[in-house]
Amino acid sequence: MIRLFGSNEVLFILAGIQWTLLLSLIAFTGGGVFGLIIALSRTSTRASLRSIAAGYIDFFQGTPLLMQLFLVFYGMPVFGVKVSPWTAVTIGLTLHASAFLGEIWRGGIQAVPRGQTEAARALGLRYASRMRDIVLPQALRLSVAPTVGFLVQLIKGTSLASIVGFVELSRSAQIVASTTYKPLLAYGLAALLYFVICFPLSRFSLRLEQRFAAKT
Amino acid sequence: MIELATPFAPPRDTPSTADAMIVFENVEKWYGSFQVLKNINLTVAKGEKIVVCGPSGSGKSTLIRCINRLEEYRSGRILVDGIDLGASAKNVEAVRAEVGMVFQQFNLFPHLTVMQNCMLAPMRVRGIGTSEAEAIAMKYLKRVRIPEQAGKYPAQLSGGQQQRVAIARALCMTPKIMLFDEPTSALDPEMVKEVLDTMISLAEEGMTMLCVTHEMGFARSVADRVIFMDRGEIVEMDRPDRFFANPRNERTRSFLGQILNH
Repeated sequence: MIRLFGSNEVLFILAGIQWTLLLSLIAFTGGGVFGLIIALSRTSTRASLRSIAAGYIDFFQGTPLLMQLFLVFYGMPVFGVKVSPWTAVTIGLTLHASAFLGEIWRGGIQAVPRGQTEAARALGLRYASRMRDIVLPQALRLSVAPTVGFLVQLIKGTSLASIVGFVELSRSAQIVASTTYKPLLAYGLAALLYFVICFPLSRFSLRLEQRFAAKT
Repeated sequence: MIELATPFAPPRDTPSTADAMIVFENVEKWYGSFQVLKNINLTVAKGEKIVVCGPSGSGKSTLIRCINRLEEYRSGRILVDGIDLGASAKNVEAVRAEVGMVFQQFNLFPHLTVMQNCMLAPMRVRGIGTSEAEAIAMKYLKRVRIPEQAGKYPAQLSGGQQQRVAIARALCMTPKIMLFDEPTSALDPEMVKEVLDTMISLAEEGMTMLCVTHEMGFARSVADRVIFMDRGEIVEMDRPDRFFANPRNERTRSFLGQILNH
């Protein structure tokens, strides 16, 4: 039975946004926490930590996000952990985000002049304080623009969650498209909604980039 | 020229180990196959002021950076206030807390105010509370005569002011030793004096100081001993009056000829 493309359908697609946003938020927060660990490992003085972090980053940068989601969704049951699509995409996106954020922040950490760490060492500050008080505040400031840029990629990346059956913005559009036979309208609306979320963020990232470029 | 022992000659390398602040014993360092420090032996007494000069790449910065382990060394031993630097990471931390350092490029923390720059190490390393750390910071900012800049960020200050803040920041840890690594080399000429004056007043108070500098006027008036380094070794070490009047080594003479006649 073909349904009409009415206000119910529009509301259904709109409801998908909340899942897209929630998924993005969790992946970004979780990815931020693990990403910081990755970035610190990647810049560690211990070679073993550096190479583990490098391998992790290489894997996630070298494979498509969709494959990463599949690996989590179909891989975890192999180890006896049955996961719902929601858990799978949350874990997958978090791992994905941590690798990319780790790499962005590694660059930020390494862009902080050597003299800063040397001065901190000379004052007797230990590693935790050197990082928290001196290096990270400067590194994160340098990384704000690419970090927001990645957030935009991540929000768009959540659309792949629809493929393992998780109903977010893209999946709701897909459902509406198949029941109303108005795919252009459904997907057009979804695209518009992605744009409304992502465009301001992109602009914001660009503004931050210009502000920090002007400062130095 | 023959080396003569005069009755007034200070013990050149032999302050008694009892009052020795810094002892280098046969310290050697390589960068790959390039030797940057060759068999360094040096004893610095408490309260002694030492100026280290030499051509660029001679190892003078490396020498003083070994004292707080910003540089590692391959062999030999360094004792700072009786603590063996090579023995453990704990020792390195203990030494760093007692040794202040001032860098050519200031290396102030740009995201912190002048005040915060000065408060950080006392709070984090000594565990001092905020209000006490503020008082300490203010005391030393007055000492370097810029208490009115306390709320500004480093980028808002002139080079000379920044370097004075860097000195104050180091002093806030009440160090026993101060290391200066070409502190005036990055400054505009008109700002050199304010930094040197600060260093001179510090010297007058009896601070143990090692300064890598080309300010020969400072060396003449403040140093107890001047060290000339070339190609990783201590070529010559003497009281400033004799060092400048009567350099014994040919390399010292040619170096002094170059920097004093321009």
